[in-house]
Amino acid sequence: MDLLEYQGKQLFGKHGLAVSDGKAVTTVEDAVAAANEIGYPVVVKAQVLIGGRGKAGGVKLAANEEEAREHATNILGLDIKGHITRTIWIEHASDIDTEYYASVLLDRSAKKPLVMFSIEGGIEIETVAEETPEKLIKYHVDPLVGLTKEEAIKIATDGKAAADVIDGVADALVALYEVWIEEDASLAEINPLIITPDRQVKALDAKVTLDGNAAFRHPDHADLGDKANADPIEVKAAEQGVVYVKLDGNIGILGNGAGLVMSTLDVVAQHGGEPANFLDAGGGSDAAKVKQAVELILSNDSVTAVLFNIFGGITRCDEVANGLIAAFGDLKPTVPFVVRLDGTNDVLGREILEKAALPNVHAAKTMDEAAEQVVALAKGN
Amino acid sequence: MSILINSDTRLAVAGITGREGSFHTLNNRAYGTNVVGGINPKKAGENVEGIPVFANWADCVAETQANTAMIFVPPPFAAASALEAAAAGVAVVIIITEGIPAHDELKLYNQVKRDYPGTTIIGPNCPGILSPGEANVGIIPASFFKPGNVGVVSRSGTLTYQIGNELAQKGFGNSSIVGIGGDPVPGSSFIDIIELFENDPQTELIVMSGEIGGSAEEEAAEYVKNHVTKPVVAYIAGFTAPEGKQMGHAGAIVSGSAGTAKAKAEALEAAGIRVGRTPTQTAEIAMEILGAPVA
Repeated sequence: MDLLEYQGKQLFGKHGLAVSDGKAVTTVEDAVAAANEIGYPVVVKAQVLIGGRGKAGGVKLAANEEEAREHATNILGLDIKGHITRTIWIEHASDIDTEYYASVLLDRSAKKPLVMFSIEGGIEIETVAEETPEKLIKYHVDPLVGLTKEEAIKIATDGKAAADVIDGVADALVALYEVWIEEDASLAEINPLIITPDRQVKALDAKVTLDGNAAFRHPDHADLGDKANADPIEVKAAEQGVVYVKLDGNIGILGNGAGLVMSTLDVVAQHGGEPANFLDAGGGSDAAKVKQAVELILSNDSVTAVLFNIFGGITRCDEVANGLIAAFGDLKPTVPFVVRLDGTNDVLGREILEKAALPNVHAAKTMDEAAEQVVALAKGN
Repeated sequence: MSILINSDTRLAVAGITGREGSFHTLNNRAYGTNVVGGINPKKAGENVEGIPVFANWADCVAETQANTAMIFVPPPFAAASALEAAAAGVAVVIIITEGIPAHDELKLYNQVKRDYPGTTIIGPNCPGILSPGEANVGIIPASFFKPGNVGVVSRSGTLTYQIGNELAQKGFGNSSIVGIGGDPVPGSSFIDIIELFENDPQTELIVMSGEIGGSAEEEAAEYVKNHVTKPVVAYIAGFTAPEGKQMGHAGAIVSGSAGTAKAKAEALEAAGIRVGRTPTQTAEIAMEILGAPVA
């Protein structure tokens, strides 16, 4: 789960990383009140989960109440690459001497936490990595030990941080690592990590991604993320314990197992179709779950045909067939379905479907054949 | 021969008394796997259809000489159970549990590597291992597969069945089928399993099935180029996956330009590995290389 900037900053503050005082608000009046309370100049920042906020006009400096009102009015509701700004963050503007970069992430290849630091902050770190790789320090941490202050000092020194802020940068790195570990983050990034003229080290931005699998030990994370901009079908699916990702096409897809569903999307695309969603009904899908999944798929109005691609392992094909019959009874879909059942109890599942003789449901023998059929049906052929 | 599990496997199961755990344990036993024990601290002394239940891994191993562990306990406790099995001297620990925090996996991986280097971890979030005709540990529907010369290693469960089934319909059997799981920090990677297949005399061709996210496929490509003499055929899922969206598996996410299916397929092909565009085509390439199997 990706966090909004202000949510990340609040986690930073909790672990002792310096951030500017600020307030998250959702109305112009609250924005003005917050700005007056914090004291000018303030920065008004759009809270959306997409880069390029500044270029889109989503980050503005306000010197007085009038400007704060103007910027808040313009930024609230601003569409930044499809993300509607519903929350803005007002914080006291910082004086900046230098911009650094710091992050902690999981290096899947090395199977170690990776700390990255550079004195080239404020720009895309990919650009630094490409153009001046010598200016990007990468340090693998032993996760059984953690990041020590000594290691952090070495990282700051190797990265050629200014001598008088090495200690402050090292403290920031240790705190950032603590955020990463204790909040179960997969990414904790500060860009820029600023040095103020009075030599304070401070996080001016925050990019944090949390591991959803660790939610059970972080009840305080439940309200985080950009709930307002989440797709309503995806939210409903998550509540039902089903993985659903909305896509741009018109062919609804249901399969069991993430890999098989991804493969199904690919095969449909290879036959010239455009998938409307990724839906992994999961292992052991019973009839009730299948019915719920059909409801999710059909709640997307773009869907003109649906493909079921099941290879039963834990999942039993007869259960899937019964779920589909139940779904038809309740939902009475008007779009065609193509169903491919293989694996555990496949013969039984196919028999059940054949007997039920559901309107506009087509059986396919193989995945390729199923994809070909559904693409034709989606086009109205 | 086969890899990792065989007729000498002595399996014990953490989570044996749960609904899924008992169902699949008994399925594995019905296949012929030698299931010697189970773990549940609250039910020590009881049994599941004659399989004795122990309080912990140390007791279980001392009593039964279990050499293989299957972990079926819920996500908050799974990594700890796997570590306990490794500490008790179990050689192969297979974690089926889905939804374990990435940091738990990260610490488990590093601690096992440091303290119990003799233990191989498979998974988490994987379907297990099947060595047809010898042993089945996990949830792979064994009836679709027979013994043979194709080794399969995959990040996805159902996709493994799909490809395995395509091979089976062409008459091929398998030495072993290994699901390494779809999580960010798997205990074993493609390279670890491909190395075992390379050294396994029964295996004549290796099929690897990857997906978006991470760089394990690219690393495997490099390894195969330099160290593997047997033919390798690959399949990659997720060509149509959009950036930044997690496609089910915790590890299946394209971030920026990293981890795309296209980059993976190109890296594999550059290393001389043929990549099937569909599961069906993957099986067809295997048949082209090996020739039609002798019935």
